[in-house]
Amino acid sequence: MYKYYLGVDLGSTTSKAVIINEQDEIIGRGITNTRSNYSVAADIARDEAIYNARFSILQKNIQKEIEFNPSYQKYIADLASVFQYEQFKVRLDRLGEELVKTCHTMFADEEKRKIMLGHLIAIRKAFKPVIKHDYLYNNLGSKNQFFRDIVSEKYNEEVNKLEMSLFEPLMTIWDKSISPAENERVQFNFKELIHKAMDELKHKYKNLPDTSTENTSINFDAEMNLLKGNFDQVSDTLRKHIDEIADLEFNIANMTGTGYGRALLPFPEDCIRSEILCHAFGAHAVFPDTRTVLDIGGQDTKAIQVDKHGLVTSFQMNDRCAAGCGRYLGYIADEMSISINELGPMAMQAEKEVTICSTCTVFAGAELRELTNLGEKREDILGGLHRAIIMRAMSLIARSGGVFNEFTFTGGVARNPAVIKYLTQLVRENYGESIKINIHTDSIFMGALGGAMFARRNLNLDLPSVKKVKEMA
Amino acid sequence: MSSHKEAIKENSMIIQKEMLAKQFKDLSMAKELGKKVVYTFVPGNLTELILSFDMLPVYPEINALQSGMRKKSAEYIRDAEKIGFSEDVCTYVKCDIGMMLNGNIGPTGEKIPPPDLLLLSYTGCFTFLKWFENLERLYPGVPVAMLHTPYQEDGVMTEDQINYMVKQMKEEVIPKMEMVSGQKYDHARLSKMMENSAKAEDLLVKILESAKLVPSPIDAYFAGVYYIGPIFTAFRGTQEAVDYYTELWNEVQQRIELGLGPVTPEGEIKEEKFRLVVEGPPNWTNFREFWKIFYDMGAVIVASSYTKVGGVYDLGFRHDPKEPLESLSKYCMGVYTNMNLPQRVEMLENYVKEYKADGFLINSIKSCNSFSAGQLMIMREIEQRASVPVGFIESDLVDPRYFSYSNIKNRLESYFQMLEQRKIILKQEATTI
Repeated sequence: MYKYYLGVDLGSTTSKAVIINEQDEIIGRGITNTRSNYSVAADIARDEAIYNARFSILQKNIQKEIEFNPSYQKYIADLASVFQYEQFKVRLDRLGEELVKTCHTMFADEEKRKIMLGHLIAIRKAFKPVIKHDYLYNNLGSKNQFFRDIVSEKYNEEVNKLEMSLFEPLMTIWDKSISPAENERVQFNFKELIHKAMDELKHKYKNLPDTSTENTSINFDAEMNLLKGNFDQVSDTLRKHIDEIADLEFNIANMTGTGYGRALLPFPEDCIRSEILCHAFGAHAVFPDTRTVLDIGGQDTKAIQVDKHGLVTSFQMNDRCAAGCGRYLGYIADEMSISINELGPMAMQAEKEVTICSTCTVFAGAELRELTNLGEKREDILGGLHRAIIMRAMSLIARSGGVFNEFTFTGGVARNPAVIKYLTQLVRENYGESIKINIHTDSIFMGALGGAMFARRNLNLDLPSVKKVKEMA
Repeated sequence: MSSHKEAIKENSMIIQKEMLAKQFKDLSMAKELGKKVVYTFVPGNLTELILSFDMLPVYPEINALQSGMRKKSAEYIRDAEKIGFSEDVCTYVKCDIGMMLNGNIGPTGEKIPPPDLLLLSYTGCFTFLKWFENLERLYPGVPVAMLHTPYQEDGVMTEDQINYMVKQMKEEVIPKMEMVSGQKYDHARLSKMMENSAKAEDLLVKILESAKLVPSPIDAYFAGVYYIGPIFTAFRGTQEAVDYYTELWNEVQQRIELGLGPVTPEGEIKEEKFRLVVEGPPNWTNFREFWKIFYDMGAVIVASSYTKVGGVYDLGFRHDPKEPLESLSKYCMGVYTNMNLPQRVEMLENYVKEYKADGFLINSIKSCNSFSAGQLMIMREIEQRASVPVGFIESDLVDPRYFSYSNIKNRLESYFQMLEQRKIILKQEATTI
């Protein structure tokens, strides 16, 4: 039986889980928002990583067939998306129960309660099909994929359509219901759920129009058509492979917990590691020549120096204030009423960088409004803001000893293109053009990856650097 | 403190407690005893000279740290800020001023008398100048004696500098002391006291250097601050100090013979897992909590710069009965914070090597420029020269608002895990070669 290793990184904003195999390859990733209940967040991230691992094992198992049949790839991708929707649906029902319960406790008056329940049902009816459509047709795009964010956005939209007097009671019902609904771990039966997803997918393809409508792009159409013609055949062929991975017994041989909430994880003490070591080890695993690691997470920025073994030699972290970290960006996004994922792309449009302070999140918000009133363009303000974040990180890097070749950037903020732009610019300006800058698509998972790698080694040192030397020899 | 177990006390600790009790009792009765009171600072202090005039010294920064340990500092700092001291001002200053505003009650609950003389003997910390300017206003009309101590910019002490210091003592300090105390300067008495100083200094060096043993019988930082207490303050040059250090040295020797680890309030350290050199003062408001983090990790501090602020005796300096004023001059110029940065780096580098330390850690103090300036450079130099992992944490002297337990614990945990990994790697490399 194959052995797998789990790393859980319980960050201040998001919780990540990574599963690796015995070759240190990532086979499963899971991510969720960290909520008041840390252990639920860890469980959800882990469950998601295991589902994700089943899908990647499926892909691996039929790698050859996929090469010859591009439609298989499309089917698996679609199935993964619908599978997510099936989970989402269960959670949504759970939230529905909670909303009704809150409504009952909040309104003793039967008449009033009835009216509120009526609104709740109408709201749910309005957004449920929209969300379903988003999942089925991959319309969620770059938006945040967490349950809370998706539902809250739609709920808000619907409440705003109603008259003003309803806003407060409906939002109070929401506030009181979302946390209990979210803080409960829903256990899914993978096989049952994947079969449901397959049925749903079948339904989707059966009902696809035969000819393309004017709205759909040619590309989209081509992909759809690839599968549409031979859907039943693809589905039948893949079913046995899907059942195989659904039945696969998942053996997690060891695990490591890291991140801010690590002390609260129900893990044995020797399975808990500092996130500084995990980020460094994860970065080293992906880029073994890494000497300096910058990690910008939700509430802290770490500048870490590592040696050839991936072991930390020194580190510096922000103290007392978390301005310039992920949460800072979240706050700014809220102030601008846009999603956090839109910040970076918008800042990329900047023609100049407006000078803005990065020492205080709250003040930066006020400054932003002031600058907007003065007629500065949003893009330019955001450009300045992203630059300011990096300036702050640069001072931390300087404190830790500077940048040495190679330099790896990790953490959730590493997904932001404007952050990458200014970081690259400032690292080159300060430490020379020859510095190799590494940013991996899995950068947000680096801490969890490092954790999983520690779990696999269980401190019986088997370092990637050593392996590399052996390979070279 | 009820949740804490009763701290273990050794005989030397009881002796020290009695010494302090007597000191503050005498201070509270200064008027009745007909004694004059001199406020002065720990680094580069002229304790023997003060005592030779039968005057009683008071050390404001010691009072501040005592207030911090007794959980009084938050209130005192708040009161100093109320009358206009900025958040950025040294918290020792604010705590001291706040204590004075609240009746100047010392650590034993007894009142500390107002100063009859303000003796500013060390000027390497510029805040000291401003501190005494403030005290001068709080106690209008009090005479001030200032001794300018040249900074060791070039890392050497010249004859000129020593002559300059002696001249100031003869022309400024001693005349003021004679005036305040009504006694004549007694060279022979001062010289005699210096014999005691040197004896106690010899013993202190032996005690601190016992940490070169692996495992170490003492903690040279957390326990070290108690060890330096008498000699850095009112007791240098006295027979009591010699007796105290004799007793302490006996205890340390016993610990060595029995193979015992350092004494901590939580109990003896059974297994020494990490040996560290620490730079910077400790945090006083959460001293025991701070120490316990190290205790829990089995970390022993084998050497520290803080225990050298009142004299770097392990580098060879001793007070000399043959030339008391000259040796006081050399003493003032030689204290740790008056050394230039290359000297400090060299000293710390040697500590890491001679004390076989696994790592070097800096506790950077938010409100202390004197210590913090140059710390990042020191850290990098030590990392390169001594090839040990370095760590950096931040807290404050006596302002509890700047002690974030979870932040400090998080950083220290990471640091200790770093050290642990390194040990495994080094062991592995040693066995493969």
